[in-house]
Amino acid sequence: MSQHRSGQMKAFFRQWQVQSMVIPGIVWMFVFCYIPMFWLIIAFMDYSIAKPMLQSPLVGLKHFEDFAADDRFWRSIRNTLGMSAIKLALGFPIPILFALLLNEIRSLRFKRAVQTISYLPHFIAWTIFGGILLNWLGEGGVMNQLMMALGIQDREILYNSDPQYFWWIVYFSDVLKETGWSAIIYIAAIAGIDPALYEAAELDGANRWQRMWHITIQCIRPTIAILFILAVSGMLGSNFEQIFMLKNNMNMRMAESLDLYIYNMGLVSGRHSFSTAVLFARSVVALGLLLLANYTSKKLSGESIF
Amino acid sequence: MESRGRFRRVGLFEVGNTLLMLAVCFITLYPMWFVFINSLNAPERALLGTINWFPEAWSLDSYRVVFNDKNLMNGFYITTLRTVIGTAAHVLFTAIVAYGMSRSNLIGRKFYMRIALITMLFSGGLIPTFLLMTKLGLYDNFWVFVIPGMYTFFNMVIFMSFFRTIPESLEESAKVDGASDYGVLFRIVLPNSMAVIATISLFSAVYHWNDYYQGVIYIRTQDLLPLQTMLYKIIAENSMSFMQQQAMAQFGARLPGNSIKFASMMVATLPILAFYPFIQRYLVKGVMIGAIKG
Repeated sequence: MSQHRSGQMKAFFRQWQVQSMVIPGIVWMFVFCYIPMFWLIIAFMDYSIAKPMLQSPLVGLKHFEDFAADDRFWRSIRNTLGMSAIKLALGFPIPILFALLLNEIRSLRFKRAVQTISYLPHFIAWTIFGGILLNWLGEGGVMNQLMMALGIQDREILYNSDPQYFWWIVYFSDVLKETGWSAIIYIAAIAGIDPALYEAAELDGANRWQRMWHITIQCIRPTIAILFILAVSGMLGSNFEQIFMLKNNMNMRMAESLDLYIYNMGLVSGRHSFSTAVLFARSVVALGLLLLANYTSKKLSGESIF
Repeated sequence: MESRGRFRRVGLFEVGNTLLMLAVCFITLYPMWFVFINSLNAPERALLGTINWFPEAWSLDSYRVVFNDKNLMNGFYITTLRTVIGTAAHVLFTAIVAYGMSRSNLIGRKFYMRIALITMLFSGGLIPTFLLMTKLGLYDNFWVFVIPGMYTFFNMVIFMSFFRTIPESLEESAKVDGASDYGVLFRIVLPNSMAVIATISLFSAVYHWNDYYQGVIYIRTQDLLPLQTMLYKIIAENSMSFMQQQAMAQFGARLPGNSIKFASMMVATLPILAFYPFIQRYLVKGVMIGAIKG
């Protein structure tokens, strides 16, 4: 046994070069991933940044009870779920639709040009994209001019200051920015379908819509299922860069998502332990959601990520 | 398909679909065009924010203010610096770790992989990470842009699977010639991995160029703020940098904030727009590799 171990040690040191490539990576992971995970335990303490963590008093579930009693927490849950539900119900099918329609374009060059242009917005920073949006939705902006010219509204509306529009601004800006990019994966899946299937269907007299439904959709179903599982399990998250850019004091009532609540409570108000408790609870629920979505998908379509 | 299509009747669907695709292109491109023309528009015109196609009166005044703004130019410098250093550090570090991990004779490989996988499933999140950065002295420090972003599991896996496709005979013959593992990596493996290096570098560079959020959270000192974080403050918080306030006072209402905003946005996004036509195919390739692995 000891001889075996010393043999292994020798082998380990003989390959010190390869080991010295990997070990810095492991150390990095330990510092930047494992220490923050370990630090989640301050959710059960009254942590103050001035003192070493282990000297902070344990308070059990106090912070969990506190946030459960906070109306603003429940408001942030409502906002997160509301925005996610809109994105999921009305946003999820759009890249699929776009990929299907793009696939029907016959000119290869036009198809490629449209595709290239469609994912440009993904690479534009949220500061720029949000800046344009805020300008368009503001006083005298493009949106107001358009609506007034069309006779839909007769006076200016400050879209971004009125909370009732916020969820929709988030939804539409997300569609505008990410549709082309999200479609790539479906376009690739469609490109992988055997052309013989279409030829056979055409001989059988299937029209365009029947081919789309019975062949294209059926063939990319695994891709759809997996992306759907991921979308559902991400429902408690939000696009922080987007919301942080579009929020302001006037629309905060509808804009404060769970992410933003954690940020506001933890980094703006400095309640580190309290915010970490919210983070902790969210991770647990998100893991549950992932397992649930995975299970449901496995039962319904046979597709799952694990 | 192609040749048969030419003889087919062009139906209503084709026309409608083509028009729809053109509309998609228009909706995608017009916002950038809007910023471009309004940054060049005479400031009093840009104030109106009307829908237009071309600048009504050409003027470079807004750009003059932007390029004379010491703060914004410093932001440009910080952004460039973090993009170059951040990307180089990420690619080098992740590739070296990935090469080690790709060796099948690596002792403890399973154990290392398990450690790496767990970081995919669980994470500490915003507050613990913030506290860690503070304790490490990375708060309000330029290196906060570089060190925490040096490695991602996702890119490590992409590198690793690419390295596995390189024929072992190449590495064997180098070893026979007396090359060390580092020699093989830098002289054989990396030069043969240029495609994947280009893709990952581009993704990393675009991330570093566009990110404003790290600057909002971790940076207090004005001199360390990246350009995008400054833009965030100008646009979302409506704060003007000192030079801009001076310019406003000097030009009065003739140079309103709007056109300066557009000009700064243009400066901040021009590198992306200028390189986009050349790099977009690498970016798509990157997503495809990722999709197959994931």
